[in-house]
Amino acid sequence: MPNFLKNKKTRRDFVTYGLVVLAFVAVSLMQANHMIPRMIVGQLVPICAYIVMAISLNLVVGVAGDLSLGHAGFMSVGAYTGIVAATSLAEAVPNDAVRLVIALLAGAASAALAGFLVGIPVLRLSGDYLAIVTLAFGEIIKEIVTCLIVGVDERGLHVLFNLTGKLTVDDLGLAEGGAAIIKGAQGASGTETISTFFAGFLLVMVALVIVLNLVRSRAGRAILAVRDNRIAAESVGISTTKYRMIAFVVSAALAGAAGALFGNGFSQLSATKFDFNTSILILVFVVLGGLGNMRGSIVAATVLTILPEALRQFSDYRMLVYAIVLILVMICSNNPTIKGFVARVLPRRRSNEEEVSADA
Amino acid sequence: MPKFEFERGKMVPVPSHSIVPERDVDSAPVLEALHLGIDFGGLKAVDDFNLTIGKTEIAGLIGPNGAGKTTVFNLLTKVYAPTRGTILLNGNDTSGKTVSQVNRMGIARTFQNIRLFNTMTVEENVKVGLHNTKAYSTLSGILRAPSYWRREAEAHDRALELLSIFDMQDLANHQAGSLPYGAQRRLEIVRALATNPSLLLLDEPAAGMNPSETAELMENIVKIRDTFNIAIMLIEHDMNLVMNICEGICVLNFGKVIAKGTAEEIQNNETVIEAYLGKQKEA
Amino acid sequence: MTVFLQYLVNGLSMGSVYAIIALGYTMVYGIAKMLNFAHGDVIMIGAYISFCVTSYLGLPAIVSVVAAVAVCTALGILIEGFAYKPLRQAGPLAVLITAIGVSYFLQNAAQLIWGATPKNFTSIVSFPVPDFLRAYNVSAVSLVTVVACLVIMAGLMWFTGKTKMGKAMRAVSEDKAAAQLMGINVNRTISMTFAIGSALAAIAGVLLCSYSPVLQPTTGSMPGIKAFTAAVFGGIGSIPGAFVGGILLGIIEAMAQAYISTSLANSIVFAVLIVVLLVKPAGLFGRYVPEKV
Repeated sequence: MPNFLKNKKTRRDFVTYGLVVLAFVAVSLMQANHMIPRMIVGQLVPICAYIVMAISLNLVVGVAGDLSLGHAGFMSVGAYTGIVAATSLAEAVPNDAVRLVIALLAGAASAALAGFLVGIPVLRLSGDYLAIVTLAFGEIIKEIVTCLIVGVDERGLHVLFNLTGKLTVDDLGLAEGGAAIIKGAQGASGTETISTFFAGFLLVMVALVIVLNLVRSRAGRAILAVRDNRIAAESVGISTTKYRMIAFVVSAALAGAAGALFGNGFSQLSATKFDFNTSILILVFVVLGGLGNMRGSIVAATVLTILPEALRQFSDYRMLVYAIVLILVMICSNNPTIKGFVARVLPRRRSNEEEVSADA
Repeated sequence: MPKFEFERGKMVPVPSHSIVPERDVDSAPVLEALHLGIDFGGLKAVDDFNLTIGKTEIAGLIGPNGAGKTTVFNLLTKVYAPTRGTILLNGNDTSGKTVSQVNRMGIARTFQNIRLFNTMTVEENVKVGLHNTKAYSTLSGILRAPSYWRREAEAHDRALELLSIFDMQDLANHQAGSLPYGAQRRLEIVRALATNPSLLLLDEPAAGMNPSETAELMENIVKIRDTFNIAIMLIEHDMNLVMNICEGICVLNFGKVIAKGTAEEIQNNETVIEAYLGKQKEA
Repeated sequence: MTVFLQYLVNGLSMGSVYAIIALGYTMVYGIAKMLNFAHGDVIMIGAYISFCVTSYLGLPAIVSVVAAVAVCTALGILIEGFAYKPLRQAGPLAVLITAIGVSYFLQNAAQLIWGATPKNFTSIVSFPVPDFLRAYNVSAVSLVTVVACLVIMAGLMWFTGKTKMGKAMRAVSEDKAAAQLMGINVNRTISMTFAIGSALAAIAGVLLCSYSPVLQPTTGSMPGIKAFTAAVFGGIGSIPGAFVGGILLGIIEAMAQAYISTSLANSIVFAVLIVVLLVKPAGLFGRYVPEKV
């Protein structure tokens, strides 16, 4: 066995990478043989985007221990930056793959910047106060995006900020042949769909490597230390704000990239797509997958994106069922009496859970 | 040479407050606290606290419950910002510094109510202590650059070396929160030492230990001082430990220093006996 | 000047609605220490009940309010007992996700029962308002709302300060274990708090929909979040804080809509909250308790 694989956690990480690669190969093969229902095929890119969202939010909520309720805001920043980048470079960079990479990088960079700016006030708080302020920032970002009107023509990008709600695309004054990219409250439309399942898989791998390597490094230990005991972490010379900020910005950047992937996967994207409910959806992935458990996040994001689609036959009842399942899962996995009962019936499950809590 | 107090830009000469051990007289003191004080809502929790600790001294801070001993530690490490006074660490003013900055300047501490990183292993706890001594950038960590491998290997070796002080290297992969109480206290000391301090503050290191563990701890404290050549200040209720290893002892009562001196001097000090046992007349 | 006063009146009335929701929220948070995202949906249920009683049964408005309060009180106790009580020992995140589950449940149940199409809610009160007041946009609803808000706040202050149950609530919110040792029935106290919070939510729901008559399953979420913001603003757990926070939030929102931007009104409200929390980390009336080392 190579030297670096002797570490139990490193081994665990490589198993995770392997499983993701395997899942990708399996799904690709099935897709090539038309074994996947149409409705799931359409969900492949969003699933990848949601997996990256879950991994990145897990870094903040699970690893750094800061409850963020506005993660969709960063996805939104990344999505619209990515759409604008990809659409405006349509002629300059004809290769779709290269253009997508540029869009993802642009989305990540802009979301990282947003994360840094939001982080300055947010990280002075903690607990429920932090949660409510991230929620507030999520809503603020959503409303600002709703006010944006962006178009492109041969003279370059045109941006309007629709403060009064009276401006329209016509006010951009686009030259002949120009196109509006973001139309205020209507969001983006006419986007060329350049995101592919393969790109999504690569992004998932990149996000996994970044987050797992970060967690297993000096900075990651510092982040975990701050979560476990802030005062002790400071007493050994760790600047708590710095490391919470690193987690927050890395997480925002990955969310931005996920947003760009998502945004460039649909020809139409409404401005209110990334609202509070999306943030909550991602948080549910993270909590059900296990705090700090990246493998769990991946599984939860996949299953919970497919599940509502699979439940379509129950149509009206599906969200009700989803809600009840959510409540029951939380109660069963957290109530000491029920947990004790489950542990007695299925002794193996218990050891699994311990591994998860020790993982992080 | 007269000492000076630096306060709001003014230099005020102050007298030397404490006696340091003979061998430390020639080197600069590691810590000088001058007129240190803090108020909690009008109550003077600590007032006019003056102390000098020699470069390799083992100092004791004792006093009845609620005297303000832990508050003094919190002031020295900037967990609380002092209302008054100056702290000089190796001659450098620590005013305006944060807890983490003061640690990087050379003070490390343990806590009365143990504060370990419970979800992490013993070795990781020590590695967190090595955060600033075995540093590499966040980016090299993510990219697993050569400096990552080098520094991580160094940190691993150093962590085991430090754990060996207390014969704890075999526990390296155990989860810190699952250790027995005594081992947790020892791990906190190792973690503090990992930050390479010049002054180590121990808040009740022997609390909850049995007599044989305490005896071993006493030996180890002296051993740490001798190997690392650092100063140690400890708060302790075990008088046997304090009187045996502390070269200078400072007694605190109601936030004020009521006596300072060697073990012998303190044992025979009327005010100290009164503070601990109450006045004879009232008793 | 008249225009400004009109906006102020709008802000005050809307603020009073927020204040009533925030009062309920702050009581529940104070005792359960959880972000109860389902609170906003209890508001919505209250409004639907009132709507059904007046529109389908043709009963007088006051009966509909009583019915809404009764149903929501029972709903509050049920939610607490079924969803939150099993999680008393669990971490805050588990409780938060459960609350979100309850919120989804209520919204989707409402959609199944009443459909997704908005109902047109008719105001529950209408009496002639003197002309000089009407010139400033003062309506019957706004008068009733402001008075109701004041009465509720005074009632809550009296209840928590003077009655045995109220004192028990304060004790439980300080320290559950100690309260239990003093012979307080902690579970019953928590249920009672949820009952009161939900009753207030019902009243707020009826008043809210008397203002903006569009009633649909998601009607409660945004006001719920904003009212929580108001409670944080004033200092969570503090009754006068929730009152002041709610009123201020209403006024800020009305002014932002009038003078800055309609589409950014919520953002401005949230931005003010962020600034307040940075300057006063525990809100206007809150108590900041540093961690003991």
